[in-house]
Amino acid sequence: MPEKKEKTTRRDFLYTASFTVGAVGLGATIWPFIDQMNPDKSVQALATTEVDISNIEPGKSITVLWRGKPVFLKRRTQDEIAEARAVSLEELKDPQKDEDRVKDGKDEWLVMLGVCTHLGCVPLADKGDYKGWFCPCHGSHYDVSGRIRKGPAPVNMEIPKYEFVDNNTIKIG
Amino acid sequence: MSEHEYQPKSKVGKWFNDRLPLLSLASHLTDYPTPKNLNYWWTFGGILTFCLVTQIITGIVLAMHYVAHADLAFSSVEHIMRDVNYGWLIRYIHSNGASMFFLAVYIHIFRSLFYGSYKSPREVIWIIGILIYLLMMAAAFMGYVLPWGQMSFWGATVITNLFSAIPLVGESITTWLWGAYSVDNPTLNRFFSLHYLIPFLILGLVVLHIWALHVPGNNNPVGIDIKKPSKDTVPFHPYITIKDLFALLMFMIIFSGFVFFAPNVLGHSDNYIPANPMVTPAHIVPEWYLLPFYAILRSVPDKLGGVILMFSAIFILLILPWLDTSKVRSSVFRPIYRQFFWILVIDVLLLGYMGAMPAEGIYLLLTRVGTIYYFLHFLVVLPVVGYLEKTDPLPVSISDPIMTGGANISLAKKNDKSI
Repeated sequence: MPEKKEKTTRRDFLYTASFTVGAVGLGATIWPFIDQMNPDKSVQALATTEVDISNIEPGKSITVLWRGKPVFLKRRTQDEIAEARAVSLEELKDPQKDEDRVKDGKDEWLVMLGVCTHLGCVPLADKGDYKGWFCPCHGSHYDVSGRIRKGPAPVNMEIPKYEFVDNNTIKIG
Repeated sequence: MSEHEYQPKSKVGKWFNDRLPLLSLASHLTDYPTPKNLNYWWTFGGILTFCLVTQIITGIVLAMHYVAHADLAFSSVEHIMRDVNYGWLIRYIHSNGASMFFLAVYIHIFRSLFYGSYKSPREVIWIIGILIYLLMMAAAFMGYVLPWGQMSFWGATVITNLFSAIPLVGESITTWLWGAYSVDNPTLNRFFSLHYLIPFLILGLVVLHIWALHVPGNNNPVGIDIKKPSKDTVPFHPYITIKDLFALLMFMIIFSGFVFFAPNVLGHSDNYIPANPMVTPAHIVPEWYLLPFYAILRSVPDKLGGVILMFSAIFILLILPWLDTSKVRSSVFRPIYRQFFWILVIDVLLLGYMGAMPAEGIYLLLTRVGTIYYFLHFLVVLPVVGYLEKTDPLPVSISDPIMTGGANISLAKKNDKSI
């Protein structure tokens, strides 16, 4: 503490105490008005989707809606898997192995959010310079593993939390 | 306000005015001394007030028929267009009114830039004006989402995703804005609520804008300080009211032209397709009045960088009064700045055009050049030209060069041409 100029008075204490209590009270009052804008219980309740994948041929993909966002489920051919794994990590903007983007033993299934990580558009399948996806909004190119290769998007397309319920069903969320 | 001495004639008026001086305010507004040389570029303040009132009235009426729900919004807009009596007219006035509002505000802003109206002592008027412009963009963006067409949905997706570029908390902020994990019904609901709120915030700021204007009084095409009231000024009413009214009528002819003959020419046809979260339209473009900023966003090959640059392009206007180092207000007497002013106008128009084109090849290159020039204008050209420029001599008063002639005769001619 520097030199004491004046003694702390009872009034100083009351100012500080009432200001502190007031600030905490104000914060506690404001919080419900901010938090009411976050996803509510009914939105959170729709947080899982089960998908039947028995009818998807190799090389084909389907798109399902999960939490209001499209999810791509692509059954990749062996060539596509080989191509995705041949890429060296140094070439990637957001380095990630293809193995880390699929489930062990389910290499042919790529399940990812069909949402461009730039500004949220839905990329088009089998387009772009890397035979994966191409976002028409601002020109981001993704490869067959959904990794960003060219354009303004900062990271790879997101892999949601999912599991294989059985061989023909995937549960997303 | 200078009318302290104003006294109502009637006893009742005096009684009321002593308790709430509304009559003094009315008298101030009527007699308000205005430079006598204001040209038609000064009529856009009145035109903008008209635009705001029009948007509020048509908006309140539309809200009586519109349903803010993801399943019903699109149909309720079609219901307004087909079933509601004169619904088509009211909606077309509202949707084209937004474009007319921006057309007028851009002219108003460039008027300020040309005649130096943002300079001392009018910085606060300018800053409030920029805040109004920001709120206008927010209101227009949210209003465009309400019909819940494809452009509504994907425009909302792209713009709200801008906030996801913020490091660490970006994702939480976008989820909070959406009230869901994507643009969805909660988003539509809150956008409707805020779209109804913002015009009244704008109205409040407009009152402050005009209040701040009435402290120093209007700038004028010559840009010099004038004595008020004097032979250089005229009372606001009837001189300015009638001039504003005439300009407003001309403006309304253009406005009506759009409403009755080309009501959809400024919109995008994709917005007549109901919102579909599974398919993004091939070309997402914002409304024309946001295109220059959209072009700046796309010119940067980095997400966060693009977002920062886009917001900077708007916020840089807030410090404009301190970036311009020239003491001379009007470009009429600034031969160098005047040329840069027109280059800036062309640059902004170019950026607007590029914003509507695909972000690739020659377009992307030109967009980058345009973006760099935009910032160079404010950060380099304005401060440097202010120091180096040799400005033309200023007249002593608005009336003097014309009335006295003599040594100022050449100046008088110059003024005649440019006013």
